[in-house]
Amino acid sequence: MKITVTVNAVDHTRDVEPRLLLIHFLRDELGLTGSHWGCDTSNCGACVVWLDETPVKSCTVLAVMADGHRVTTVEGLASGSQDSASQHGASQDGASQHGASQHGASPYGADVLDPVQEAFAECHGLQCGFCTPGMMMTARWLLDNNPAPTEAEVREAISGQVCRCTGYENIVKSILRASSRTIPGGS
Amino acid sequence: MQVPAQVEYERARSVEQALDLLARYGPAARILAGGHSLIPMMKLRLVHPEVLIDINPITSLRYVELAGGTLRIGALARHADLLAARETGRHFTILHDAERVIADPVVRNWGTVGGSLCQADPSEDLSAAFAALKGSMIIQGRGETREVSAREFHTGPYETVVGPGEMLTEIRLPVQPGSGSAYLKVSRRAGDWPVGAAGAAVLLDNGRFADAGIGLTALGATHFVAAEAEEFLLGKSTDDDILARAGEIAAEHAHPVSDQRGPVDYKRHLARELTIRVLRAAIARARQTRAHERTQGAPP
Repeated sequence: MKITVTVNAVDHTRDVEPRLLLIHFLRDELGLTGSHWGCDTSNCGACVVWLDETPVKSCTVLAVMADGHRVTTVEGLASGSQDSASQHGASQDGASQHGASQHGASPYGADVLDPVQEAFAECHGLQCGFCTPGMMMTARWLLDNNPAPTEAEVREAISGQVCRCTGYENIVKSILRASSRTIPGGS
Repeated sequence: MQVPAQVEYERARSVEQALDLLARYGPAARILAGGHSLIPMMKLRLVHPEVLIDINPITSLRYVELAGGTLRIGALARHADLLAARETGRHFTILHDAERVIADPVVRNWGTVGGSLCQADPSEDLSAAFAALKGSMIIQGRGETREVSAREFHTGPYETVVGPGEMLTEIRLPVQPGSGSAYLKVSRRAGDWPVGAAGAAVLLDNGRFADAGIGLTALGATHFVAAEAEEFLLGKSTDDDILARAGEIAAEHAHPVSDQRGPVDYKRHLARELTIRVLRAAIARARQTRAHERTQGAPP
């Protein structure tokens, strides 16, 4: 079945089997391996991406269900990180779809990282990094909808995502750090 | 690696189109809503649909609306929609209690209320909550729409009264002014299926039960309901010994099975204890509602 999915503001058309899961479409068909394929049972949250405006576990969504929709992966979190975006004629609203605000150039590379990414780096919010892409996609969504969450709200938001390294402390700290930056008028 | 077996895929843009597709493919077809029950079942090869009929494009089935003393929930409403709806929290606290402990926030973003009900897992939380609230389900077929009590919707584990050419389109819950409700769940891990859970909705009149609904999840209650305990409570006071007796009756009539989540005697203990606690919580909320009404005037 032929589907067109707008991933990180770029249209991708592929012929896929209806049984293909969205996580495998992203990783194997499009080569976007930032989203991790973990438990396969919608428990671990390593595969969280946005389907339109909403974080979903992409191991439990069929690629055909995303036909005609927008998907945002961790590769789309930093501004300007999708080099192919301009080459393929990205849709005009693409850059603003995840609500990431424009910040100064990041010390971590040429990309302008999202505040969530910067905070994970600064607060040591990852160790092995396997859960990180899913954690950051949920964190971005949380902060877009609740710019100043309490610690309890942060923990609730990521409660469907498993980290086996950090004990969550630094992940929670990272998200709270990112939140203080995205409060209107905050520094 | 868990992947579903080969399957055909159709997309419905209206209820009529979904019903036409169901008629065309017959029992080989399954409706795909959020897919958060169906896709895992397909991965485990526990179900083998030949055709999936994706109803996600039927956006008109996604709503949570309060009108004319009835809360109407579209079958395609996401769990997150139910949790976000203010009307739900105001009149049906039990649904917010239950939704907060269904899976996790990301799963609730995509999993649907109708899908959960039609999956009819004996451990699914909303079935008991809707049964406690004495709600009803709207089932649509080609040329016929019928309303079925929430207490008659399930015919057994993973089985409902929805026929081969039919689909669930709406859940209706009557608003009962002055009532209070609550849901309590015991699970081994955050976001897990319950070992056992109970929901209650009560209406008091001069300190006595004018109405009581008690739902039990994963505890082997027929139609998810502790009917004998409900009957016992009518007209009784809310004294501790009355609630304790209701808990005992609920446990006596529950028939839980032993599994990796717990042995029968523990689950029976949960049926008793959770019934008592959830009744207490529902009673407290009913009293709060009454007190609020006295100071603020009756709610709309």
